[in-house]
Amino acid sequence: MVRYIANKLLFMLISLFILISATFFLMKAIPGSPLTSEKQVPPAIQERLEEQLGLDKPVYQQYFKYLGDVVQGDFGISMKKINQDVSNIIGQTFSASLKLGLVAIVVAVIVGVLLGMLAALYHRKLIDNVAMVLAVLGIAVPSFVVASLLQYVFSSQLHWLPTMGFKGPMYYVLPVAALTAQPIAFIARLTRSSMLEVLHADYIKTAKAKGLSWLAILWRHVIRNGIMPVITYVGPMTANIVTGSVVIEQIFGIGGIGKQFVEAISTRDYPVIMGITIFYGILLMLARFLTDIAYMIVDPRVKVNKGKEG
Amino acid sequence: MKKSKSLLLLLTLVLAVGTLLSACGSNEKNNANGGNNATSNSGDNAANSGEAKLAADQTLRINLSAEPPTFDPAQAQDSQANTVLKLMYEGLTRMDEAGEAQPAAAEKWDIDGTKYTFHLRKDAKWSNGDPVTANDFLFAWERVLSPNTTPAPPYAYQLYYLKNAQEYNEGKITDFSQVGVKAVDDYTLEVELTGPTPYFLGLTSFYTFFPVHQSVKNDDKWAVEASKMIVNGAFTLTEWTKGQTIDVTKNENYWDKDSIKLSKITMSLVNSGATELTSYKNGELDRAGHPNGEIPTDQIPILQKELKDELHVKGTASTYYYEFNVTAKPFDNAKIRKAFAMSIDRQAIVDKVTLGGQIPAFGFIPPGIKGVSEEFRTENKDDYFTENVEEAKKLLEEGMQEAGYTKLPEITLIYNSSEAHKKIALAAADMWKKNLGVDVKTENQEWAVFLENRRSLNYQIARAAWSADYNDPMTFIDMWTSNSGNNDSGFKNEEYDKLVNEAKSLEDNAKRNENFKKAEEILIKENQVLLPVYYYTNVSVEKPYLKGIVLDFSGAIDYTRAYLEDH
Amino acid sequence: MEHNPIQVMPTPVDLKPEDFRKIGTDEKEAEVIQRESISAWRDAWQRLCSNKMSMVALSVLALIILAAIVGPWISKWVHGYNYYSNDLMNTNQKPSGAHWFGTDDLGRDMWVRTWMGARISLIVGLAAACIDLLIGVIYGGIMGYFGGKVDEIMNKFSEILYAIPYLLVTILLLVVMEPSLGTIILALTITGWINMSWIVRGEIMQLKNREFVLASRSMGAGSGRLLFKHLLPNAVGPIIVTVTLSVPNAIFSEAFLSFLGLGVQAPIASLGSMINDALTGWLYYPWRMLFPAAVISLTMLAFNIFGDGLRDALDPKLKK
Repeated sequence: MVRYIANKLLFMLISLFILISATFFLMKAIPGSPLTSEKQVPPAIQERLEEQLGLDKPVYQQYFKYLGDVVQGDFGISMKKINQDVSNIIGQTFSASLKLGLVAIVVAVIVGVLLGMLAALYHRKLIDNVAMVLAVLGIAVPSFVVASLLQYVFSSQLHWLPTMGFKGPMYYVLPVAALTAQPIAFIARLTRSSMLEVLHADYIKTAKAKGLSWLAILWRHVIRNGIMPVITYVGPMTANIVTGSVVIEQIFGIGGIGKQFVEAISTRDYPVIMGITIFYGILLMLARFLTDIAYMIVDPRVKVNKGKEG
Repeated sequence: MKKSKSLLLLLTLVLAVGTLLSACGSNEKNNANGGNNATSNSGDNAANSGEAKLAADQTLRINLSAEPPTFDPAQAQDSQANTVLKLMYEGLTRMDEAGEAQPAAAEKWDIDGTKYTFHLRKDAKWSNGDPVTANDFLFAWERVLSPNTTPAPPYAYQLYYLKNAQEYNEGKITDFSQVGVKAVDDYTLEVELTGPTPYFLGLTSFYTFFPVHQSVKNDDKWAVEASKMIVNGAFTLTEWTKGQTIDVTKNENYWDKDSIKLSKITMSLVNSGATELTSYKNGELDRAGHPNGEIPTDQIPILQKELKDELHVKGTASTYYYEFNVTAKPFDNAKIRKAFAMSIDRQAIVDKVTLGGQIPAFGFIPPGIKGVSEEFRTENKDDYFTENVEEAKKLLEEGMQEAGYTKLPEITLIYNSSEAHKKIALAAADMWKKNLGVDVKTENQEWAVFLENRRSLNYQIARAAWSADYNDPMTFIDMWTSNSGNNDSGFKNEEYDKLVNEAKSLEDNAKRNENFKKAEEILIKENQVLLPVYYYTNVSVEKPYLKGIVLDFSGAIDYTRAYLEDH
Repeated sequence: MEHNPIQVMPTPVDLKPEDFRKIGTDEKEAEVIQRESISAWRDAWQRLCSNKMSMVALSVLALIILAAIVGPWISKWVHGYNYYSNDLMNTNQKPSGAHWFGTDDLGRDMWVRTWMGARISLIVGLAAACIDLLIGVIYGGIMGYFGGKVDEIMNKFSEILYAIPYLLVTILLLVVMEPSLGTIILALTITGWINMSWIVRGEIMQLKNREFVLASRSMGAGSGRLLFKHLLPNAVGPIIVTVTLSVPNAIFSEAFLSFLGLGVQAPIASLGSMINDALTGWLYYPWRMLFPAAVISLTMLAFNIFGDGLRDALDPKLKK
């Protein structure tokens, strides 16, 4: 087990290293420097700027310096946000993203599992059909469409909820709804099919034969086993929510990392793009790593060498 | 004087993206007094303010479509920072709506040729109570010009009008006392310029010229945290949640605090025009749109129906144009360039595509820029060419013959990624196809890539826009000289250069303007180096109870004297 | 669904007496094999056909693909429209006889654009899926077939790549490369094939020790022959399912990239970029968003439902 974890950890680090290197060299490959601007700066000053940003050194030197800094948690200084550390920018904006993301994950799991369970228990009944139609819609409609729709109905027409900002509980409702539509759909489907499988399993019949009350069976066996596969989905879901939040933060004006990321991409703020990419990378890899471990603990049947999610 | 231009680097960018994005539908009404920059009724009731009762809560809510990268006046370069810095700082002068410099930190001034003496008001204070002195200006300007400031201030060249400023900035002289500015005493600032600069007073209202409190001397990060900002303007920065909100609160130490009626301005940071407008309609914002926010083009026709009284369109001194690479085939031929310029329907683009009440452009200098006694554009009509498809076809044929083409080479129009630019490019390409039978490919490029390609003349036709750095035709004319860093067309013309150089040393404004007129003629009538499309407008929606906003000729906005009427 | 011989049993919860039926005790009948013997493929096909939802999905898909191919032609033939020509006098028109789906902000016909967009989205989806398939099958096939050290190294490599978040890489690549159809497909496939390779690997590992493979091997079949003649054809079921389900993923990712402004070059449009263009004013010109959104949603739905049906049909576990 320890070996398994150590192994996973090692490979995670290698992946991270590849990501950092790829990010660095891809950013270097872009034509036009971050200093290019419409109204031209005199050459003398251009040179001085390049020197300040270390852009005059050979690429490999910049690379090793960057690697070294990253290891120490230093992503450099933003090129557009003057005198702001990238790690500072990430730190200051992460809290909004984290709050939004955590709420979204919790909501997605609870709603998704409930929906899936209902569907499974009332298999082929109206509830099942409704739940599955919802689930399928959630998968089929792009999140930015859902977001605009919600914004229109609930703030523009009904005036129930604020359009933008992130100042209190009411501000969570719409972004979380838009963000979780897809994960809820996935979780509901996942829960439904695995619950159906469990409901057909022999041990349920045995339990029933032993005269256990239906509620007890449901609680002790069906739910516990039925939602197990949901754990495997936590990794991909985190990825889903992180990328989703890039869009959602934009639409709802939430000052999270996603918004900074889009902004950095459009202003070609290399250090910020690299910093956020690496940060996201670490986050998602950690999520996946924890998922693997959690699943191994919950379900000892998982062979130590496998356990990839489809 | 420098080829440089600049204040509006970002303003250009933002206007480019923003103005276009916003556009508004039928503009007949707005254009009626086109040359004169249609009227904005935003601030014009200020005079009768006594009549209406003020609202109890004087909190103004606006949106910034991009977060200002910094609040350091030396480092700022975008229109959002411009908006916020104008709230927190005050320069020697302040621009009024007519574009005239009004006394601000300086009470009065004397001008003697190239020598300006500013007399600072004695009751001006920093937000911590310290007096604002001439040394604060000296300190700030030295920071901007010092080669050791990190990163290098982008608008340092705005100070190159000062004697020896460029030399100091480029490290050729190391003694700041040789630069043309000195503090005679605490309240007298003496400035010596390199040449006659009729627009210098206007420049001193620009943020690069703002004073900075001397406590920031050894602190790189003072402008990134709300708690460290010491300012001399009407408001102080009280909260800054990155990526989310910026709040400023009335500065009780401001010398003119009695004319400040707003108690607080809270700025959200949303860069989706659709969201901004929705929250405006939802009552979460008091104003939406340019220059600090934006309104989606698609919605302007709707606004004209639904919120006619709240929609404001005002010209800004900027020009949207397509630039030809005169060194690349087939646009090395003037007749072919002319044919392209004559065969697009500007009115249709303005009415149906950009929708923002923009004014079709046939010249380069936009309305709003001062001429001799009136606006330059009023005194000199932009009748350098007309739209005429038949004539265009003929010219194209002649041009092709001259250059020996039986078929034009493949043509690509490049633009920087933006919804608005995309639409205009597609509309123009379609018009060339229909009117001239020429296929023009359109290609969007990311900003930095785009600029790089344009600068290195790696293009055929490219989108471009230019906005005024100061209120004088020079800001538009001197960018096309042979050695200008901003001339991305490959155009070189000795006569043109001569006219510009001459204008730089002329004191007689009428003569200067004659030179500008001649230069513009060479540029467009004779050579058609560029294809003007339209002159920009500012499009915004404002609640009827919001008064006292000043929008200047360049589209910069001043909220300091705004107030909310009871509603 | 009474005729369905493989129907999943109702849940035990609601077993009622009428769920049971006598099958009789006729001795002759007892000797008869209960199901007639049919080949695995026909079996699967029958099961698929009996799944109404899947059939509906398949028909919808066929219709969408058909419309994407002939839709623009029909309009060109009837009205003479194409997807790029502007008509500034007729911008933002409601759907009508002249413009079946209305027009957009440059007066372009939405019917043509929607189906051209569907064409582009489908091309992106299918091309990405095909490339994933090609690389995945070869890579996975090699891993599964050779096993041992080769497998270990190749598997580790793919695991490392897989750990790098997919959309981050895609975004980075598109930031660097000029967005075009080709680069978008390339960016989408850069790590997309890994999943496929694992499916193939798993299948092959299971299959390679089966009797028929051993038989073939003992008769002197070479690696290539074994892999391509025996192993892969038998792994085709899960492969098809994976492909079917990866198409909508690619279409969705493309829509997401369009939102970030990293989609195809105008005037070409994908469904995603059309929706994105329409977002700002969709309350007033709903047709500009609804048609492409409906087509993309239907496509996603159809692929997902059909893929699920296919999985059910091909997955012997459900054949109880």
